[in-house]
Amino acid sequence: MSTSSVSKGCFVFKPGAKKKKTVSLESYFTHGCEDAENSEVRFKLCQDLWDKIKTDTEILQDELNRKILDSLLDFTRKCSSTRKHSDWASQMRASEIPTAALVLGVNVPDHDMTFQSLSDLLQQSVTPHVASVQAKECGVLKHLMKKVLERLMGTVVAVDDEDEEETEQTDAYIHKSVHCSLGTLCDWYIAKTKKSSSGTPGKKRSSPVRDEQQQQQPPVVIIFKDLEAFNPRVLQDFILICSRYIERLPLMFIFGIATSPSTIQHMLPHSVSSLLCIELFQSLSCTQHLATVIDKLILTPKFPFKLNDKVMQVLISIFLYHDFSVRNFIKGLQLALLEHFHSQPLSVLCCRKQEALLHVTQLGHHNLERIRQLPSFKRYVEQQEAQEQVNLMTDDTHLKEVCQRLIKDLRKYHKNFYPILRCLHALTSSLPRYPLGKQIRELYLICLEKNVWENEDYQSAMKLLRMLAKDELIALLQKCAEILQPVKSKKMKNAFSQLEELLAKFKQLDAVAETASSVDDIITSPVKNLKKTDLFQLQKTLLELNESRRSKKLSPYEILRNEVLDFIDALVKSHLSSPEAQTLHEVCYYSLSATVRRHLNATPRTSIQAALSSPYYYLRNDSLKTEDGTVSNAAPDICIAYKLHLECGRLINLCDWLEAFSTVVSAAEGHDPESEHFGKVDEVKHARFIRAVSEIEFLGFIKSTKQKTDHVARLTWGGC
Amino acid sequence: MSVLEVKFIGDGDVVEHIVDKQEGMQSSGGSVQKMVTFKKSAGRKGCSEDEQDGDENGVSNEQNYIQALGADTTEDEDGMSRVAGSSIFTFQKAKRSHSMAQTASELARTPGKNVSFTTPIVEPATPTRTGRNHRGESRTPQRRKKVQFVSTTPHRLRKRMTTPSLRSDSDSELSPSDSGEEEDEDGLEEEQKAKKENKENIKNPRTPSKGLSAALYKTPAKKSKSTPEPLNQPSMTEEYFEAHSSSKVLTSDRTLERSHTPKLDRETLVRLLEGKLSCYSKEIQQLHNKHQKHFSKWMLQLQLGFSVLVYGLGSKKALLEDFRLSHLSQEIHLVINGFFPSITLKSILNALTCEVLEHQGSFRTPSDQIQFISQTLKDSPDLHIYLLIHNIDGPMLRGEKTQSALGQLAALPNLHMVASLDHINAPLVWDQFKQSQFNWLWWECVTFQHYAEETSYENSLLVQQTGALALSSLTHVLRSLTPNARGIFKLLVKFQLENKDNPSYTGLSFQDFYQRCREAFLVNSDLTLRTQLTEFRDHKLIRTRKGADGVECLTVAVDASTLMDFLENEEDN
Repeated sequence: MSTSSVSKGCFVFKPGAKKKKTVSLESYFTHGCEDAENSEVRFKLCQDLWDKIKTDTEILQDELNRKILDSLLDFTRKCSSTRKHSDWASQMRASEIPTAALVLGVNVPDHDMTFQSLSDLLQQSVTPHVASVQAKECGVLKHLMKKVLERLMGTVVAVDDEDEEETEQTDAYIHKSVHCSLGTLCDWYIAKTKKSSSGTPGKKRSSPVRDEQQQQQPPVVIIFKDLEAFNPRVLQDFILICSRYIERLPLMFIFGIATSPSTIQHMLPHSVSSLLCIELFQSLSCTQHLATVIDKLILTPKFPFKLNDKVMQVLISIFLYHDFSVRNFIKGLQLALLEHFHSQPLSVLCCRKQEALLHVTQLGHHNLERIRQLPSFKRYVEQQEAQEQVNLMTDDTHLKEVCQRLIKDLRKYHKNFYPILRCLHALTSSLPRYPLGKQIRELYLICLEKNVWENEDYQSAMKLLRMLAKDELIALLQKCAEILQPVKSKKMKNAFSQLEELLAKFKQLDAVAETASSVDDIITSPVKNLKKTDLFQLQKTLLELNESRRSKKLSPYEILRNEVLDFIDALVKSHLSSPEAQTLHEVCYYSLSATVRRHLNATPRTSIQAALSSPYYYLRNDSLKTEDGTVSNAAPDICIAYKLHLECGRLINLCDWLEAFSTVVSAAEGHDPESEHFGKVDEVKHARFIRAVSEIEFLGFIKSTKQKTDHVARLTWGGC
Repeated sequence: MSVLEVKFIGDGDVVEHIVDKQEGMQSSGGSVQKMVTFKKSAGRKGCSEDEQDGDENGVSNEQNYIQALGADTTEDEDGMSRVAGSSIFTFQKAKRSHSMAQTASELARTPGKNVSFTTPIVEPATPTRTGRNHRGESRTPQRRKKVQFVSTTPHRLRKRMTTPSLRSDSDSELSPSDSGEEEDEDGLEEEQKAKKENKENIKNPRTPSKGLSAALYKTPAKKSKSTPEPLNQPSMTEEYFEAHSSSKVLTSDRTLERSHTPKLDRETLVRLLEGKLSCYSKEIQQLHNKHQKHFSKWMLQLQLGFSVLVYGLGSKKALLEDFRLSHLSQEIHLVINGFFPSITLKSILNALTCEVLEHQGSFRTPSDQIQFISQTLKDSPDLHIYLLIHNIDGPMLRGEKTQSALGQLAALPNLHMVASLDHINAPLVWDQFKQSQFNWLWWECVTFQHYAEETSYENSLLVQQTGALALSSLTHVLRSLTPNARGIFKLLVKFQLENKDNPSYTGLSFQDFYQRCREAFLVNSDLTLRTQLTEFRDHKLIRTRKGADGVECLTVAVDASTLMDFLENEEDN
């Protein structure tokens, strides 16, 4: 069956059920990936890792949301309980609809998950009556009402439409549909609560702390997922209607807000907003969310899969400059994971230690050759002695042994890398002007790029650290000790005990300092008698002082501080070297940032324009080869027509265009330029021109216009 | 707590204070000045502005980003030097009326293999990379005269190129057109007025645009390319204002009709193009094969919950069709031609519910239908449906509602979507939310294949509005009418043709029409005519419009040439 037709745009294909064979995911992975030999293993590893990442992020999400969701739950509980008090204040309150304004930030794509867990939690522990609505489905009040009722009551709701047709249609199931009004909801609610209180009360609900009253009157919660998108009039009317029923129906609203709480004031006039009793809840900002995700997923030796600095930079930049969406960040991570296992045959070693060691022994000759080709491995070989070099390049079993050792080394490196990274971040994150960044991801990027100590910012950070006062330094060092304490690696244990010793020395210093404090006073300032000076004088004096003090003896604290910082510096230098310097890092680090960017953050217009202005990049034909920016006259028709149209102003005369086009095309066909017929428009050229122009129109560069006969309007200004 | 004390402190004490503080720093062996010089350009500093709420990141970070993105291209496996964004998104520049002809002659002179411009007569086209070349400046009248003598421009073109500068008589070829979206009548008046202005301009031996912006010509006309451009910035602004100073666009008045280019209809067009093989079929086939290799990866990604979106120059219909036949033949799938002019969301959803899910019965709203689809798919997780959309940015699918419905479908875990995209502004139809629903993975698939099918529908063909479809529908409808009714219609058509050159003609008023019909013995009462007109209107043969004086005016909504053909046909019968 063909998929082109002049009367139809949709074609359904259903294969016969009997001959349908299921093709597994795995075979798609195997087919067309690099080196099919161990692809099954790789696919399994990839799947496992992704499942783990997925569950971990979900757990993380829940944890992060827990706080705000808990407070929201408390709020709903409180609301339903205050209703019962009889004092004047709560009576007043009772006439208002309790409303929670939930500020979620601009990362709209992430909101869905939050709302889903919120409504789940509400249904579990507070009330079975939860309905969430989106602006999209509620263009008019009627639809909003209908959706709310449908979702709460779980039945079909008839809408009294003006159209006779529709009501006729609904006649078929009128017996089970109900009238669409809040009155109906009220009746339904009363019936429902009576039933549940007479029957087994709250058997579905599991929250242990609930008083009898509340059980009978669970609130009815309506969640407006995207408040900004709602039509203000619809919302106002709905709130007005709801406030009429508030005595009979314990309603409650939750507004999901992406921008700022002031939207409520913008959307609702005072007369309406006064009917609401609004409490504000601020959710965790998306950058904090990202920080936790990075902390848990990337800055940990638990996941063997890593991103190199460029890929990391692309993903973070997409987050910061495009969407603020953690979900998309994780999508990028998933893509990188898939691509890594798909394109790198050696990724079979990118797994847990035992497995990896096992996989090394199972490597075929083919893959061992691949290891020998790795740049990092070549570097390693060069450092070995001559005999060892030969062994490595020829003896497969020896290579396997060495690989096992190298894999172990890589694991150890990662085990030490992250604690030290965190220590360094703890030390430098509060320095003035944040030389190494405020967020740990910034520091991590620096470390990924090259050896951090070669960075200028690192030098300045160390200098700033050498100026720290005692209290601050001790506090920072204690933080470091806390980071190092739980790490199980031998080296880190060692580092921890050394740090503890140093901290102890600081404490001793305190004791010594008290006795020796009087000594400081003896050193009197030589500039006590300085008279009024100008700035220049002051500077000069200071410089002189500087000179004179340089030779002076350091105080015990200063000596100790230097010792500590040297220790830290040594730690950094031994453990925070760039991953690119590690042998076999290619196994774990995914580096094709261009692929990730092109799949996630593509620029279709650039691609189209590049193809139009330089077809040689795509069609590798020598006759298309030109200097930068020009188009050969042998180029495809559309490229020539495009190039010519760039020369025009806002309007293009088709006749001129056609003539110019045919001139170029005849030249390409090799006609003699001096002949009388050169450039004459014949039918074929005309047809080709028509095709090229309609293609350019289809792409959106021009459109037809009636401003002048036989003219088209240009729509873009680039590319010239 | 200690009591706060304020006292006067002399300079000396201040110095002492500073010195005391300084002690520590000095002892550690660095001078203060050095330590506190932070270089802004050092890169990561911008991060310090990264606030708690996190949306503020410094300029330098942005630079990093651009670097990271830009640097990628070098490691690009294809080694492609892309067109820089700055050259794509530029301002409108003033264009000379004959630059197209000139470029054409340049291109024509260029031999296929070697494009080095040895003659400095004509400036080569602006390189795509820089986007800074000032074409307008160096194209001076003097230069153009030189072109006449040296260039090997073909005869016809040369004649045209020299005309504006040599001819000063009133028969000018150039005329401006107004920019606004005014009605045609106003446009005509404007045009005529502008023509007069233009003639005056042309009488001077200057180029027309010279009068409009003297500023540009402050820069010496002979300014050679080799001189560094210190005036870069100002000249760019000048260029901008030159381009925007006038709302008139000067284009030549030539029309296709006058240049005796016969109009082609669809069949001839197809016939003419059919015979000719595409010039780079081998390379195009190579591209196709390259993309084909990714098919199983697409399948993998589709199954993992992504949607695949292919973009790039050239029709991707054949590629997707290939994918469909090779990988989807065992699956339930639905092909949607987004470029089809009468595709609707309803037809897509109906195809899904009626044909795929075999559901009898109708739905009140699309959202109900989507709800049903998602519920059904949720209930049967083993059912996988593949949606293949050619041109998801097609004119009928561009609407917000359609896209959000498609997004909802794409978000379903067992509905997989593959789509193609061609319009340069197409990504604008999706906001953040929709993008995350679609969960696109973009694939660049430049095919260089002709958009044969996509542009084949009558109204997408801009040049040759043949009107064949309109004509055949006219004759078909008319054939089923009574002779009297046909006569009435012909009367209206004739009157319209008589007035086709009258720009103020708005239509035939009902009273007038009635009078004429009576005289021709076609109707006997006001009422019969009205009945007849209703029938015409139902078949969309005529249109009524309230004229300026409130009288109902009748017109046939078909262009003059088609009507002429129609009359000829009728007379033949």
